[in-house]
Amino acid sequence: MNDAELKELERSIERIMEIADGFGLDYFPMRYEVCPSDVIYTFGAYGMPTRFNHWSFGKAFHRLKLEYDFGLSRIYELVINSNPSYAFLLDGNTLLQNKTVCAHVLGHSDFFKNNSAFAQTSRDMVERMAANAERVRRYELEYGRQRVEQVLDAGIALQQHVDASRHADAVRRERMRRLREDKRQRARSRTGPYDDLWRLGEESGGSGTESQAKHGVDQAGADAYARRSTQRMLVPERDLMLFLIDYSRVLEEWERDILSLLREEMLYFWPQLETKIMNEGWATYWHLRIMREMDLTDAEAVDFAQMHAGVVLPSRTTINPYQLGLAIWEDIEKRWNDPTEEERERFGREPSQGRDKMFEVRETETDVSFLRNYLTKDLIEDLDLYLYQKVGNEWKVVETDWEKVRDHLCASRVNGGIPAIWVEDGDYNNNGELYLKHGYEGVELDLKHVEKTLPYVHRLWGRGCHLETVVDDRAVLFSYDGRRVQRKFL
Amino acid sequence: MAASQFTLSKEDWSLHRKGYQDQERHREKVKQAIKENLADLISDEGIIMSDGRQIVRIPIRSLEEYRFRYNFNKSKQAGTGKGDSQVGDVIASDGPPQPGQGQGAGNLPGVDYVEAEVALEDIEAELFSELTLPNLKPKSPDDVVTRDIDFRDVRKTGLASNIDKKRTLLESLRRSQRESAHQDGLNWRIRPDDLRYKTWEDVEEPDSQAVVLAMMDTSGSMGLFEKYCARTFFFWMTRFLRTKYETVQIRYIAHHTEAREVSEEHFFTRGESGGTICSSAYEYALTLIEKEYPPQRYNIYPIHFSDGDNLTSDNERCVRLVEKMCEQSQMFGYAEVNQYGRGSTLMNAFGKINHPYFRTVVIREKAGIYQALKAFFSVRDDASRPA
Repeated sequence: MNDAELKELERSIERIMEIADGFGLDYFPMRYEVCPSDVIYTFGAYGMPTRFNHWSFGKAFHRLKLEYDFGLSRIYELVINSNPSYAFLLDGNTLLQNKTVCAHVLGHSDFFKNNSAFAQTSRDMVERMAANAERVRRYELEYGRQRVEQVLDAGIALQQHVDASRHADAVRRERMRRLREDKRQRARSRTGPYDDLWRLGEESGGSGTESQAKHGVDQAGADAYARRSTQRMLVPERDLMLFLIDYSRVLEEWERDILSLLREEMLYFWPQLETKIMNEGWATYWHLRIMREMDLTDAEAVDFAQMHAGVVLPSRTTINPYQLGLAIWEDIEKRWNDPTEEERERFGREPSQGRDKMFEVRETETDVSFLRNYLTKDLIEDLDLYLYQKVGNEWKVVETDWEKVRDHLCASRVNGGIPAIWVEDGDYNNNGELYLKHGYEGVELDLKHVEKTLPYVHRLWGRGCHLETVVDDRAVLFSYDGRRVQRKFL
Repeated sequence: MAASQFTLSKEDWSLHRKGYQDQERHREKVKQAIKENLADLISDEGIIMSDGRQIVRIPIRSLEEYRFRYNFNKSKQAGTGKGDSQVGDVIASDGPPQPGQGQGAGNLPGVDYVEAEVALEDIEAELFSELTLPNLKPKSPDDVVTRDIDFRDVRKTGLASNIDKKRTLLESLRRSQRESAHQDGLNWRIRPDDLRYKTWEDVEEPDSQAVVLAMMDTSGSMGLFEKYCARTFFFWMTRFLRTKYETVQIRYIAHHTEAREVSEEHFFTRGESGGTICSSAYEYALTLIEKEYPPQRYNIYPIHFSDGDNLTSDNERCVRLVEKMCEQSQMFGYAEVNQYGRGSTLMNAFGKINHPYFRTVVIREKAGIYQALKAFFSVRDDASRPA
């Protein structure tokens, strides 16, 4: 974009914002930056301009960039959930494309600011991630790139297993209280170096495993300790990352810190995983409304129509969140603007409430409830949504019944589309081993990945690790002891 | 009012190299992973099954980003039709794009899920750098061939067409700078003294003629696994020799109770059956050596793959023939594919052979193929050859 185009874009943004304000959108102050493609794709791969270095980002970057260079796909923009909101525009976009993108990101910014799932996210994440990256960098200098990379590899493999619900904070506080208490008790019970000799055979409450192992306390005492410690670890726990940070006995302080920063960043991204369809649909809905209000030349109008059509292009093999989201939002507007006789009588729904209803929904729902409440039979049939599955060598449509399709879509969005893994026991076999359980709800895990991921858990936990899941309707336990993965049916 | 709510800027991003840095790191990891996984990579079914020609890329498993994730192949997924889709409609016939787990707001519906892959050449480069023909000697010293010329010297005299412009200019600049130090004003020109010429040398390489006699047991007892190992080994051996040694000849000998020479294609694709008499192959090889490859002129490398299930009464004869062949060759390799690790009678018999050029390998699992390649094609501190 040359200077003249930048000037015009600036004027257009003023106009776009006026229109958006008129619609009642409530967004953060915006920082628009025009960037060359490789910078946009870097941000796309890292999720944030200031994030730490890791080869997996480099791999993603390479792939995105390659697809762009070959004209296979293209990222038009990238917008950051922060205050002020940063939006990165692709230098290679046409002026009209960038106008559309500016309108689109206003929708995102409004969503970030007002949707309740985002209420907990920190709005200064750009700076925090820069600080995190700096810490990772320092650890690399101090402990060597290889060691840091190993921890990052393991951490990144498990980073999705966090608990973003508000309940998690209360658990965390209780856990910290108990840990402090244990520590105090340990300190109290160890007044002299030989004191524990006098208590041989007694139930030695709360003293550390290390001293027990060293001094060979009898079996009863050890068992009692194990029972207590498991209770004290507060299981089941859904936040595997937090559990490792709090209870792992092998992690050094800096390693714990790396896991903490990975977890912090994951928690920041989490609401975006949970609201993909809503968020993209919302932004698409608004760029459409705003661009309709703009004074476009004939040529621009055609270009816009073409670009928009590309964005909402349906795919036979996946759900396009832009298309599905937009369709649901427009349907909500229609049904609350112009309720049917039945809806008026049964729900007492007044006409012309469409926009109000939309703003209410954008504040209170996430994808799961959004689909559950507003993806109707008519919509599914209009959009021709179906389920398909691999049958032999072919992928075939196996379900078109609207309720099954809706239920499947909802289920696939639960937990952001990530399998829920629970920590069931942190002292399994009375041996300090970690027992994880997959919350099976009908979809099996990728077993190859299970076998390759368990070693990462082991790397961070330091002792045997087990994962219980279901394969072909039978419960299976995968165990990794530091050398090999074994599986056995339960 | 609205004007204060935003800024629009365009900065210079040319120093932002982060993506490229991590891409470079990823490339390093790929290289390292190839090195560490050579044993598994080279025994990948995909390579051998596809005639050894078509495949170019192989997945390298250790570089996938593993995590607990759903099995997409065993679950249903949602899609959007063009209207009026019916149960039973076929959408795709193999691997549709699996939904990526990308985060952040991209305008990228349905990201292709790509496995980490490496090119076959990368694997070869890594593998072949470790292999070499052992004990290779220049045979027939008068047959020295000049293969190439190599410009590796710069002189003050030479052919005008070979003038080295860069060095000549540098010389001239240097000299004029020196002179201008005690003259006023820079008077720069090229003098005859400044001229530099590139000069070549003939590169002479001794023509070390070599022949590899690939012998394979094709008897009925060679099961799928045994044949697979043998062929994989010979596949890589052939590629290795063709890449690194231009003049090496390879002869293929298949045997069960009788031996015969076969074409390369036949060797790699056909199976046969029957009992096993290994000495038949050795005898055939010895005749071949006698007729076509006199040891004075050739480096000879007989390599034999078998499952060790030899006719017991034949073993003694085998030992005698192998000892004889060792005398005539640079290295004799015997590889036994033996999945269950039971000691075979043939291997026992070979245990008596104590010749520095005699090498044996037992392959128990696929990874052993790599060990065999390394064992046969590496330089060892062999005791000097008995005269």
